[in-house]
Amino acid sequence: MKAKAPPPPAGKVKLPAKASLELLADMLRIRRMEEKCAELYGQGKIRGFLHLYIGEEAVAAGTMRVLEPEDNVVATYREHGHALLRGVSMDAIMAEMYGKQEGCSRGRGGSMHLFDAKTRFYGGNAIVGGGLPLAAGLALAAKLQKEKRVTACFFGEGAVAEGAFHESMNLAALWGLPVAYFCENNLYAMGTALERSEAQTDLCAKAASYGMATLKVDGMDVVAVHEAARKAREHAAKKGPIFVEFQTYRFRAHSMFDPELYREKSEVEEWKKRGPIHTFSARLKAQKQLTEERFLELDAAAQAEVEKAVAFAERGTWEPVEHLTKDVYTEVSP
Amino acid sequence: MSAITYREALRQALDEALEKDERVFLMGEDVGKYGGTYAVSKGLMEKFGPERVRDTPLSELGFTGAGIGAALGGMRPIVEVMTVNFSLLALDQIVNTAALLRHMSGGQFSVPLVVRMATGAGRQLAAQHSHSFEGWYAHIPGIRIVAPATVEDARGMLGAALADCDPVLVFEYPALFETKGEASGERVDIASSKVRREGSKVTLVTYGGCLPKALKAAEEVDGEVIDLRVLRPLDMAPIVESVKKTRRAVVVDEGWRSGGLAAEVMARLMEEAFYELDAPVARVCSEEVPVPYAKHLEEATLPQVEEIVAAAKGLFG
Repeated sequence: MKAKAPPPPAGKVKLPAKASLELLADMLRIRRMEEKCAELYGQGKIRGFLHLYIGEEAVAAGTMRVLEPEDNVVATYREHGHALLRGVSMDAIMAEMYGKQEGCSRGRGGSMHLFDAKTRFYGGNAIVGGGLPLAAGLALAAKLQKEKRVTACFFGEGAVAEGAFHESMNLAALWGLPVAYFCENNLYAMGTALERSEAQTDLCAKAASYGMATLKVDGMDVVAVHEAARKAREHAAKKGPIFVEFQTYRFRAHSMFDPELYREKSEVEEWKKRGPIHTFSARLKAQKQLTEERFLELDAAAQAEVEKAVAFAERGTWEPVEHLTKDVYTEVSP
Repeated sequence: MSAITYREALRQALDEALEKDERVFLMGEDVGKYGGTYAVSKGLMEKFGPERVRDTPLSELGFTGAGIGAALGGMRPIVEVMTVNFSLLALDQIVNTAALLRHMSGGQFSVPLVVRMATGAGRQLAAQHSHSFEGWYAHIPGIRIVAPATVEDARGMLGAALADCDPVLVFEYPALFETKGEASGERVDIASSKVRREGSKVTLVTYGGCLPKALKAAEEVDGEVIDLRVLRPLDMAPIVESVKKTRRAVVVDEGWRSGGLAAEVMARLMEEAFYELDAPVARVCSEEVPVPYAKHLEEATLPQVEEIVAAAKGLFG
């Protein structure tokens, strides 16, 4: 069965040129960073599981720009882009991929477990659905302490089959929590297509059944994502929980071990026509907000950042083995 | 100081915790309106309101995970998972999130969460409501496991658990809820095992609901009884000290025998006190069957005083 791609995102971008170029730059930074990660994986510099976000960049780009510094972010094991745009430095992310102690989790987490207390980035959760109850709890804490922060929780559509999804939707709605659940529906839970695993494939209907507000958005269109995320954050802050389905697509394999037997190459090619970076660039060019020269400048800046990050990771150091048992428990009470 | 029940000690501890610290809140199934399955939180919702004594849906995974999130967000949640049997539904959050988070994040995030649950058999509740999984939880680095077996500990351990920066699982014993004793109300340590009865012939190591059985058996065999109190991390020093004197030990554990907590204590005695022993260390555990309903079968399943006495006497050849 082939998942049919809708027409590519099109139409006038109703954003100021500066904002548009920021979104484009954000997507390019993720894309170039991850292309380099794939290359480094081939060289054995990065090991373990590596789940690339390539193709889905519009979701992280469009959502992160609307979050406030005080907000909480909970993500999955496909979270390089989210961490980067949340404000974790590419240096720290790349060092983490290398397993170096200069990494954002001291080299203990790797690709799947990026964490950063400074930017309230709560991981990096590699149990599907595991972040959803956590997000509800962070939102509950904010509510009980009368804080203004919103919690944004990212997860794939595979998570909607987990009990954690249903329990979390219910808790969030029951308690009116300030949380935005951002579902990145890339159509495949690893290799299992949505319609092969779910009796009800309308994800918004599932969330709505718990009394959640919902939005369904073209996740390949960074403008649509940005607009929906703005509404979602406002809704979460003022009215309570909201579920947003971003319809997106992963261009690369699930992980570096995936031979992609479950989908046809032609399907991937069709979705690539909807690629978030080139379609957005074309729209900006058509309305004279972007020139090829400017695009190349942004791309070069992203590539330079990647080269710098790789050099940082290469220079990084290994955590001494004597520190292995450090931080299993908290050593000093705050 | 007047004597109170173990149940009342638990209730007083919760009351005090909610009173002292605005960040503390209790959530779980039937903790509020119902007053707690075992009436431990009776009256607390009326006193502190439904926000701080929060009834939850039957979503152990969801509300345990929410407790972790709330802890990360600056609160000091006490999550009640009614009984250990239902905690299996929350196991993923306890293990994969609460226990791992600090180490996995390079030391950035501590989870100051307390999870309370009732545990143990002995009330004819049959197979699905009679588990003792303290030993399983004690297997996991990153969490602390405490097992109050006295009224003093039932009263004093919660405050200590809340003061801990890391997740603490508190196992409570309905088999002991009606026992009476004195409680000073002082916070107790949650790091050490303690001698509960001095004796000279054999060391009986136990915890939780088996403590009264071990104390009774000790009268017959001049046993020195050690209450583990904290199941992770284990404090072996008093046990090793005792064995140096008695030269014999029996471990009493309501968990199943294979791969259990008793096995861990025995292994450590091999490592730390092998040359002090005059006989192999023995253990009295539950029979490896699902706990049956019928009273005589349930009794035959669980460790009993006579078995402990027999095991102790067996060490003298």
